[in-house]
Amino acid sequence: MNLETRNKINDDLLRPVLHTSPWFYVIIAVLGGIILAGLGSWMYQMSHGLVVAGIKWPVYWAFYITNFVFWIGISHAGTLISAILRLVNATWRRPVTRCAEVITVFALMIGAMFPIIHLGRPWLAFYLMPYPSERGIWPNFRSPLVWDFFAISTYLTGSTLFLFLPAIPDFALMRDRTNGLRKRIYGALALGWQGTTKQWHRLESAMQIMAIAIVPVAISVHTIVSFDFSMAPVPMWHSTVFGPYFVAGAIFSGIAALIVAMAVLRRLLHLEEYLHPVHFHNLGKLLLTMSLLWGYFTFVERLTVWYGNSPSEMAVFWETQTGSYAPLFWTMVFCNFVIPLPLLSIRRLRTITGTVVASSLIVVGMWLERFLIIVPSLATKNLPYSWGFYRPQPVEIMITIATFAAMAFLYVLFSKFVPIISIWELKVGGHPRPVLTPQEEEEAQELWRVRP
Amino acid sequence: MESAAVNAVYALYSDPDSAQLAVEGLRREGVAERSITVISSEPFEEYEFSRRDKPTWIFWIATAGGAVGLVAAYLLASITQRMWPLVTGGMPIVAMWPNLIIMFELTMLGAIIATVITLLITARLPTTRSKLYDPEISNGKILVGVENPPENSIEKLRQALRATGGEVHPG
Repeated sequence: MNLETRNKINDDLLRPVLHTSPWFYVIIAVLGGIILAGLGSWMYQMSHGLVVAGIKWPVYWAFYITNFVFWIGISHAGTLISAILRLVNATWRRPVTRCAEVITVFALMIGAMFPIIHLGRPWLAFYLMPYPSERGIWPNFRSPLVWDFFAISTYLTGSTLFLFLPAIPDFALMRDRTNGLRKRIYGALALGWQGTTKQWHRLESAMQIMAIAIVPVAISVHTIVSFDFSMAPVPMWHSTVFGPYFVAGAIFSGIAALIVAMAVLRRLLHLEEYLHPVHFHNLGKLLLTMSLLWGYFTFVERLTVWYGNSPSEMAVFWETQTGSYAPLFWTMVFCNFVIPLPLLSIRRLRTITGTVVASSLIVVGMWLERFLIIVPSLATKNLPYSWGFYRPQPVEIMITIATFAAMAFLYVLFSKFVPIISIWELKVGGHPRPVLTPQEEEEAQELWRVRP
Repeated sequence: MESAAVNAVYALYSDPDSAQLAVEGLRREGVAERSITVISSEPFEEYEFSRRDKPTWIFWIATAGGAVGLVAAYLLASITQRMWPLVTGGMPIVAMWPNLIIMFELTMLGAIIATVITLLITARLPTTRSKLYDPEISNGKILVGVENPPENSIEKLRQALRATGGEVHPG
């Protein structure tokens, strides 16, 4: 890669940061308006109580917990996928990783808000934290809700650092390209980065360890979210398959969200030269694998329940297959499996448009899946006297819409202030890679060690 | 970042091949390995000059951080449970199965935080001290130089850098 190419990459990827289109303000205003409406709805709920939401006996977990599980699932788009691709040294990952890691951080922040919204009295959220209480009430470490606190905090901390560390060299680049206040801000974020060989080596070693550490954390997070359900003796919740089922669903919805986000960025920021059809093609193959895995888990879970023929579980089962939740269930199956399967498996259809259509449907389908795990089981519990129904209220719908707007808002703001594609990693991807024999590879590795 | 306060001889190169030749040229002039500085806006792992680093202990430090997290999590959960002996779900007061979840999460958090702290300390970040740097590095140039060279060797070093095609900095 010559000097001109390197400078072209700098110019192309810094353009959205250094120049602001009028569309940016329009998008921010529209999304900001929706977020304000959501905040207003939340304030209304706080002042009138949870009665204004559709949550009532026996369905105490509904839209808010659906959103919580959905957004935590979406968060698996980023850090997990980025870490796996980094560990297997997939070269095509380079333009994709930061787009993905940003989704993780923002989706986790949004997801973690929902238990607080669901509390009704959010000012008591600190009860979840492990602090020595003056009132003698200590957090119960045997509660899955406290496990959530630890898992989400660890994943959010790890993901934020995983996003920040490889951004330091890009902050240094922006420090050198800007003036005034922006130069000071980027200078502070760059932490005095020079780019010495030692700094590069240390950064890459740290990223390798972070990638190794973050993969099990990501898997644990959604497993623990599944424990919120599977630890309870509620029909169709108390299942050993829930951990991997939730993890597979999370990665599935995460990849779908990533493809949609990449397509939007490609169009809005004119990144056609960097986000190629091959990126969508490869992610499409990954999405196809996850669609098949999701289908497998759904089948296994349903078959086990049907074969067991326990009356309380069968009541929930038939509610979702042929009862009042059946339209949602079959829409979910079509969105997650039936339509994506041909779109993603036929090579000719696995285009940018094809993968984006499949991904958009999967995002909808996975939201429905979370809803269908939570609500029918609570509405059709063990004894018929405790059966009930749930109908979402405008407050819940508005807050849900606002969180989607919040995700887009944060994403647009981030891509305005930080290059959405890691510039230095993209350049490294253009370096020629010599084909080494195993012995030469070993010798090359040895060079890291022998020099004093 | 400016390098005004740093006494150094350096040159800027447009490609890594020339930078590699420059490093070899400085070695031939007798410059010690640790005195040679190479700065770039991207890592060049396929070049020898990019691999001049000592073995790093970062993996072991991360492991130690994980061990600290593990012990801290066990103490946090078990001491809390003993101080407030609340029986829930027929579980023992110190219930190891659920505590393993807390211990796992804090082990990983300990490893992650130890990794980041090690990176910051060994890469000497953050810093506000003036260091050898040239804003042209952001434009893709590679800096090869020597910080605080002996007064009598400055001209010789400049010649060595110029001989390999570098734009020698006049300062």
